[in-house]
Amino acid sequence: METLIQVAYLIAAALFILGLKQMSSPVTARRGILWAGAGMVLATLATFMAPQILDSDQVSTNIILILIAIALGGGYAWYSGKKVAMTDMPQMIAMYNGMGGGAAAAIAAVELLKASNEAAHDVTGTATVADMLGADVAILAILGAIIGTISFSGSIIAWAKLDGRLNRSKLLPMQHVINALLAVVTAGFAAAIYFTNSIDTIIVFYVLALVLGIFITVPVGGADMPVIISLFNALTGLAVGFEGYVLGNAAMIIAGIVVGSAGSLLTQLMAKAMNRSVANVFFAGVGTDTAGASADGSEGVMKEIQAQDAGILMAFASQVVIIPGYGMAVAQAQHKIWELTQILTEKGVSVKFAIHPVAGRMPGHMNVLLAEAGVPYDMIYDMEDINADFKNTTVALVIGANDVVNPSAKTDSSSPLFGMPILDAIDSENVIVIKRGRGTGFSGVENPLFFADNTKMLFGDGQKAASELIQAAKEL
Amino acid sequence: MIEGLAAIYIFMLAGFTGYEIISKVPVILHTPLMSGSNFVHGIVLVGAMVALGIAETTTEQIIGFIAVLLGAGNAVGGYVVTERMLEMFKPSEKKNNGEGS
Repeated sequence: METLIQVAYLIAAALFILGLKQMSSPVTARRGILWAGAGMVLATLATFMAPQILDSDQVSTNIILILIAIALGGGYAWYSGKKVAMTDMPQMIAMYNGMGGGAAAAIAAVELLKASNEAAHDVTGTATVADMLGADVAILAILGAIIGTISFSGSIIAWAKLDGRLNRSKLLPMQHVINALLAVVTAGFAAAIYFTNSIDTIIVFYVLALVLGIFITVPVGGADMPVIISLFNALTGLAVGFEGYVLGNAAMIIAGIVVGSAGSLLTQLMAKAMNRSVANVFFAGVGTDTAGASADGSEGVMKEIQAQDAGILMAFASQVVIIPGYGMAVAQAQHKIWELTQILTEKGVSVKFAIHPVAGRMPGHMNVLLAEAGVPYDMIYDMEDINADFKNTTVALVIGANDVVNPSAKTDSSSPLFGMPILDAIDSENVIVIKRGRGTGFSGVENPLFFADNTKMLFGDGQKAASELIQAAKEL
Repeated sequence: MIEGLAAIYIFMLAGFTGYEIISKVPVILHTPLMSGSNFVHGIVLVGAMVALGIAETTTEQIIGFIAVLLGAGNAVGGYVVTERMLEMFKPSEKKNNGEGS
């Protein structure tokens, strides 16, 4: 039976890797998730046959508990996953990822509690957790516990921030100093678990790690959230891999470490696209300390335009480039934008979409939304491919984007965005910005583009504004 | 059981595999792929099942129960959202190639 289970895990691990590989191309992506899903079902079913579970004294109670927990956890996730709007996908991923981190931390807790209990009842009287588990298992169990717990509480904060339930970016004065101290103390308790058999130490350790995850994530600026979610995703993978070693489970090690390394690379790619190091994301907190300083950098007034005039301007343009941002997602305007695109195309206007690598809340977030609305891939351009083309553009239509078109990233070295590559919308003949109000963007940094001579502001809800533009363009 | 050097080999090879998989991904698939890898670490569910399966005291059962609950949420939720996202990447009739952008 043991061999059969190991073979099932091996097949599952292979399906995960092949599935992820297929997910890296749009043509095979759907098949990829089906394969990975089949691997998960196989591994889960095989685990019910595991001798450790079947040989337990409480086998019937535990199996019933397992079934109830799967039904509750899986049922909730199924319902929420089906219901969530495409726009809210990033925070949902953060939430599920946090659950995975929590599960890894809880596995470690069971192992550590068992070991400390055994050590306490050992005849020598001085046995430690490390004696019971062995040095390698004890170290990886504790490491997995720290990482999993931080990923758990951090992901929940990320979810709350993206979901608009938490707007604070500061909890305490000198947050970074406190975080560093807290990290040191947590590490101290982690070491103490290894060298003792005290259950209290384990409890204090988990509480500290939970608080550390919260404290680390709260100061992170909204614009940096994609990086954080990706990082927590990688961390959860790592924690799962470590706990896989603790349990001697090859499927967990392989799947966890594959995700850990893939996630780390993805995190770096994202951070690079924003011209920030991962460390910088944690320790800067854009828009909290610096917004005041840069606010007086932009002077002048915003010029308003009516939808009627904007529609006419676009209908007679030779080329229109649409730059969507998270605001488009919030307003659910992607369908209207696609309708507008079709009308303009019929009138002979060349329409392109320009996507900044970190537009929205995650890389590729805008592509998903535009795909949902039916925009074909060949109209969508990456930043490097479109930037030179702005000079030949009659109208750049910015809808719900802000920081990714902020020219101070190029010109103002005091701006917190300085150095981030941007879409050069400002080079177009006209820029029309659809925006709900006059406030700053998610990062809290003032945008000089809105005050530029060639920029006109179209205030209003994205979807409503797009409808008015469609109306205006149609009437011509 | 996997021990010592054999485990280090697995860690190393799995690490390279993950790096290799993601290094050639177009930007449009970053979000679905992150979601997909989020689903894959839902394998933590099987570890959680073992943790609850070997639980002896009530405390261990409670923590194990939480582990399975969370693990199942990770696996099922990760699958559902990834599947929903990738569903939209069907090739359209006019342009049946998504490699652009």
